[in-house]
Amino acid sequence: MVPQFLLDLKDWISQPWPWYVGGPMIAIIMFILLWFGREFGISANFRVMCAADGAGEFADFFKFDWSSQGWNLLVALGAMFGGYLASHYFIPNDGDLAHVSVATVASLQKLGMDYQVGQVPLVPEFYSWEALFTLQGILVIVVGGFLVGFGARYAGGCTSGHAISGISALQLPSMVAVAGFFMGGLVMIHFLYPLIFK
Amino acid sequence: MKMSRFIFVGILFGITLYKSEAVSWFRIYEMFNFQSFHMYGIILSAIAAGIIGVQIIKRNHLKSIEGEEIQFHDKDKTYPRYILGGFIFGLGWALAGVCPGPMFILLGSGYTVLIVFLASAMLGTFVYGLLRKKLPH
Repeated sequence: MVPQFLLDLKDWISQPWPWYVGGPMIAIIMFILLWFGREFGISANFRVMCAADGAGEFADFFKFDWSSQGWNLLVALGAMFGGYLASHYFIPNDGDLAHVSVATVASLQKLGMDYQVGQVPLVPEFYSWEALFTLQGILVIVVGGFLVGFGARYAGGCTSGHAISGISALQLPSMVAVAGFFMGGLVMIHFLYPLIFK
Repeated sequence: MKMSRFIFVGILFGITLYKSEAVSWFRIYEMFNFQSFHMYGIILSAIAAGIIGVQIIKRNHLKSIEGEEIQFHDKDKTYPRYILGGFIFGLGWALAGVCPGPMFILLGSGYTVLIVFLASAMLGTFVYGLLRKKLPH
């Protein structure tokens, strides 16, 4: 028999989390890493993985003691495991949905994505191997991935390293980087999406 | 094992971003359309809690588990890289609907195609490493 309080806890975790739970939890995760003597930043793993694959032969940027960054790969591995647990064991009663606003559903319909209010899935169907055979899928997954990997290293960090760690430490460069993230995002959504998704 | 603690931090991170829907392409799309406070609430409340905590750590010279004072490294104050790199990252973030954290989380949730995203991101990082000396920083 599983104790009732554990079942209650599982039900409680399974509900969609409001922003005022998710945001402070991210800060707590950053504090735990600081307590462990490490700085929170996920995209640094791409550089570590390149270096571990021998990229140091091609550019000095990848000649560093990557084995000292093994901890960050473990954070990424844990994140994968967390995603597995959340999607397999902490599913809300109405399934994994993105509870986006009515206005967003209307915008999606204009893009040709025929979702109804309250039925938008958490993950879009174009995150699939079949989608890689479409131009849209190649743009989203292949080109999107390239831009994220290139841009994160050029800017010296991603959402975790700059938006969370950097701004929390009142780093002006991080604020500039996050302004850059938003400029790029707005250009993509408002000027390039109508070309890509129509 | 000492290193296993980092796996637990990652698990906490994965569950948090998954359950708060920050891993969702639709939430990122909504954010860049200014159609909900949700993502802004997550980012702003994380930063607000983060600023308070970092100030407490700095003012009290708190030590890490290894007994050393917790250090914060100042980022280089040269701006082209943050504007240009940030802009390129933003294009990719909005296009793919995932940044590096959610990519690992959704990969673990079973969206195996994101291994292609990971390979592309590594290629992007590799190309940056090759071009680094020619790019304005």
